[in-house]
Amino acid sequence: MNSENTQVKDDLIDTRHGCILYLENITVSFDGFKALDDLNLYIDDGELRCIIGPNGAGKTTMMDVITGKTRPDKGTVFFGQSMDLTQMTEYEISHAGIGRKFQKPTVFKNHTVFENLELALHAKKDIWTSLFKYLTEEQKETINETLKTIGLMEYSKTRAGLLAHGQTQWLEIGMLLVQDPRLLLIDEPVAGMTHQETEQTAELLSSLAGKHSVVVVEHEMDFIRSIANRVTVLHEGHVLAEGSMQDVQNDPNVIEVYLGS
Amino acid sequence: MPLKVVILRIDLIKMIKQLISLHSLRGWLFSFGLLALAVILLPVLNIFIPEESFLHVPDYIFPLLGKYLCYALVALAIDLIWGYTGILSLGHGVFFSMGGYAMGMYLMRSIGKEGMYKSDLPDFMVFLDWKELPWYWYGFDHFSISLLAILVLPGLFAFVFGYFAFRSRIKGVYFAIITQAMTYALMLLFFRNDTGFGGNNGLTDFKRILGYSLQEPSTKMSLFIITAIVLFLSYILSRYIVKSKLGRVLTAIRDVESRVMFSGYNTLNYKLFIWTLSAFLCGIAGALYVPQVGIINPSEMQPANSIEMAIWVAVGGRGTLVGAILGAGLINVAKSWFTVAAPDYWLYFLGVLFISVTLFLPKGLIGIFDRFSSQNKNKKL
Repeated sequence: MNSENTQVKDDLIDTRHGCILYLENITVSFDGFKALDDLNLYIDDGELRCIIGPNGAGKTTMMDVITGKTRPDKGTVFFGQSMDLTQMTEYEISHAGIGRKFQKPTVFKNHTVFENLELALHAKKDIWTSLFKYLTEEQKETINETLKTIGLMEYSKTRAGLLAHGQTQWLEIGMLLVQDPRLLLIDEPVAGMTHQETEQTAELLSSLAGKHSVVVVEHEMDFIRSIANRVTVLHEGHVLAEGSMQDVQNDPNVIEVYLGS
Repeated sequence: MPLKVVILRIDLIKMIKQLISLHSLRGWLFSFGLLALAVILLPVLNIFIPEESFLHVPDYIFPLLGKYLCYALVALAIDLIWGYTGILSLGHGVFFSMGGYAMGMYLMRSIGKEGMYKSDLPDFMVFLDWKELPWYWYGFDHFSISLLAILVLPGLFAFVFGYFAFRSRIKGVYFAIITQAMTYALMLLFFRNDTGFGGNNGLTDFKRILGYSLQEPSTKMSLFIITAIVLFLSYILSRYIVKSKLGRVLTAIRDVESRVMFSGYNTLNYKLFIWTLSAFLCGIAGALYVPQVGIINPSEMQPANSIEMAIWVAVGGRGTLVGAILGAGLINVAKSWFTVAAPDYWLYFLGVLFISVTLFLPKGLIGIFDRFSSQNKNKKL
């Protein structure tokens, strides 16, 4: 009985070609300004990818396009080989297995930490279930384990609005974890974190790669250096350079964009 | 493809446990105490205590209290959609009136040939020189069909309206404004004689309900008791909903809807569900209101009326259920007093009350109790 309660179809995502996300020729413009301009990006299954770029390069818009918040004017977004994300709503995309952490930490401030995780938990999310089903022991266990992972076990019953900034960031990451997505989109996870918290976050994200595919947008270079094997540089809405951190750092185009000519 | 049989399984034991845990023991005693006061003590004091005694409860008290309880049910319904889900409706007068008109139509048909014109048609139709009943009045001679209309029509209307509004992602002030427009438009429609609901006079001069004379004190008392029980059950239902995971999803939608969507919830369905339920409860309130007050007319759909309903909730305290009931009760008792003692000053009083509650008691009157109880807790620490 529990299995039907918790199981959501995962096997629809076709990653036989090794790629989990395909963004092709994406263009998004706002009042004539092209936030994304013919963007092409491929994310491998199980990869941890960092995306960097100056302000206004289109990083957040790209996340909006993937999660269905913004519809592209042109181009295609495929999750696996067969799932067309441009035809799906936000909640369908989330159900398909894409989780997102916002730039500004967004948790449910009036709910307790435990309830935040309960709401995000990978389960059926229709009205009937919400009214008449209760958490199974198995689900409680998942939540408790996640609480341990994100170091908020003792805050389980605390209102999320009372957490410190770093803890809020971790709670949001925890909410992604219990959602158990195939692909995690993480926008500036270490903004406002202390040095130690940053290190712990780097460790956590690295440990997720493999089982999940992770895309991280971040400004903090030390952090990126510590986790990334592949980095994509966005500039003016398209990919400027892609490769290892070292390659990217030595790329003359990147140097020009970052340091100015 | 074989038809998949959906088995609706509910974990009964857990559900009962959940029901019991809705209140502390004190809370349960208190709510059942109030219910017993309404459905047992007041009738007993009315029937068995001689009229000379100061303990005697006079007959007129029942329709009056019944009216307040109907308003309390409206406030409860608004609290679900506004207090918990953050969607401000300034058009709940429409759902209230729909339930009221459906009941009114039944009561009109129950008059039979005892109207002023001794006709089988309602008086206003004779007056308009109509020869036969419009098709949408068919069936309202039967209580069962009228009851069905009361239970279905307000919710159905809300569902359609809500579907288009929520699908277009209309929120906040914009939603409040279109609900005002909705109630205003329907008021104008119902004001027209041609619409077939009695024009600006509405429906009135009712004689009996289910064969019982509406003039009889016992009928009035029964209606009051029914209203009290309906309010109690609606309160328990609402309490169950807001304490369930569904309630947590609703408050999450109120706080950050985008996060709820990205967590995989179809927020449209959730909003539609609670919006429709709210309209459903409001329609029942309207239907109970009409036989106790004796009239329903389009002025119930005045935009100001719906705004006043929202004020009851704001004054009592949003997102608490109890606060909504308290607010509706207190404001309407005050209104009854003011409209007799100083009718010109009522709206000023209401305005001042609303502003001062917003400024000084953002959590409403119920917030005062919370403040006291948290102070007590602090002392213990």
